[in-house]
Amino acid sequence: MGRRTPLHDLHVALGARMVDFGGWDMPVHYGSQIEEHHQVRRAAGVFDVSHMCVVDLRGAGVRPFLSRLLANDVGRISLPGKALYSCLLNEAGGVLDDLIAYRMTESWFRLVVNAGTRDKDLAWMRDRAAAWGSDLAITERSELAMLAVQGPRAREIVAGLLEPADAVEALALEPFFGRECGAWFVARTGYTGEDGFEIVLPAAEAEPAWRALNAAGVASCGLGARDTLRLEAGMNLYGNDMDESRNPLESGLAWTVAFEPADRDFVGRAALEAIRAGGVPQKLVGLLLEERGVLRSHQKVVVAGIGEGETTSGTFSPTLERSIAFARVPRATGDRVQVDIRGRLLSARVLKLPFVRRGRVLVDL
Amino acid sequence: MSQVPSDLKYAKSHEWVRALPDGTVEIGITDHAQHALGDLVFVEVPEAGRSLQAGDACAVVESVKAASDVYSPIAGTVLEANAALASAPELINQDCYGKGWLMRVQPADAGALAALLPAADYQTLLAAEGG
Repeated sequence: MGRRTPLHDLHVALGARMVDFGGWDMPVHYGSQIEEHHQVRRAAGVFDVSHMCVVDLRGAGVRPFLSRLLANDVGRISLPGKALYSCLLNEAGGVLDDLIAYRMTESWFRLVVNAGTRDKDLAWMRDRAAAWGSDLAITERSELAMLAVQGPRAREIVAGLLEPADAVEALALEPFFGRECGAWFVARTGYTGEDGFEIVLPAAEAEPAWRALNAAGVASCGLGARDTLRLEAGMNLYGNDMDESRNPLESGLAWTVAFEPADRDFVGRAALEAIRAGGVPQKLVGLLLEERGVLRSHQKVVVAGIGEGETTSGTFSPTLERSIAFARVPRATGDRVQVDIRGRLLSARVLKLPFVRRGRVLVDL
Repeated sequence: MSQVPSDLKYAKSHEWVRALPDGTVEIGITDHAQHALGDLVFVEVPEAGRSLQAGDACAVVESVKAASDVYSPIAGTVLEANAALASAPELINQDCYGKGWLMRVQPADAGALAALLPAADYQTLLAAEGG
């Protein structure tokens, strides 16, 4: 039996198909993954993301610690509640994890890290804090649950669950900002390419919140739809699209590495500078399959006259009604490749990510 | 609970077989199988004329999640495949024992169906698999 979130029994009662996801029993869908996907693009859906790990870092030394720990620069987040997406790198520039950091106060930053990497991340952070003599407390908040409510109607519906004063403040949040609303932390972030909120809340409040969201018309959505939504939105999945053996520059994440200011010495900086100076040999791109079939991870990509690559994630896109993928390919790859699907070479177009954002298709079909 | 019509025969690998009056058979995947796969988005069916051995991978059904092989429950020759699945793979989710059939086969041996599981035995198998 895997680990369970506070919503496990509710998922089962709602008829979810439960699967193992990185050691956790999680709902993959509640009937139709495609229908859940469309609900998020067209209205609103709620996902249980309580398997992800909330880590609070408190202390006077938290900003200098994160400035050294993260590849993105926490110097970019000084306003209250501002969020920052970053990679956590090892000294070789390999990606240990990707995470979101929220600046709660000047002495309190909140990180949300992946479920499968939580133990590794915590050990790494504690080890670095000890090595650097950082003045901070690192606390895993396993007593909290986390919901992602996503879709064009998500924010107004969540606001309806809040106290009136909190609702006004929550609706005023700019993208990539969060704030405390009573015992809840509400942030305008997500992993679907739609507007919406992610909510960190006490475990005991998760089930009533979920039921209230359902009653207000928000569809229960599983990890299946979460995956197709994030793929359409061009968002990487740790363990698929990058891991410790890959650096951000070859994973479509160069935009998250803050080389400026030049004197900020973060873990992995020296390695990434050397890689960048030598020319990054590969890049992560989007693929759109031009024939019938479904792209999956770990399929061989053939780039005529140049070399080979590999898909890192692939699926059928419910919005495009075509198959899409991310692939790591030679840097010189142009706008056309072939993918080996069970021994047949099918042609695919190379596209700039994302495929879909805020309900709009951004690629020519 | 999965539907298991009593007038069909079943393979352990979750295909069903329907004997037609003209001696040919219709083959598809079971309700249990379609439910386990989730929303189907692509189906690759065999060409007419292909000769199959029992247990041959003869079709591929792909859901949003994953691709799965379909194995022929019996030996025989493919007479036709369900062309409607090319544009509407969801027919398998909606009506796996009817409009979602995969292929029609001329059995090599008319007695081959006797070796397949009757509905009650397939039910028992599903119960043992926890499904």
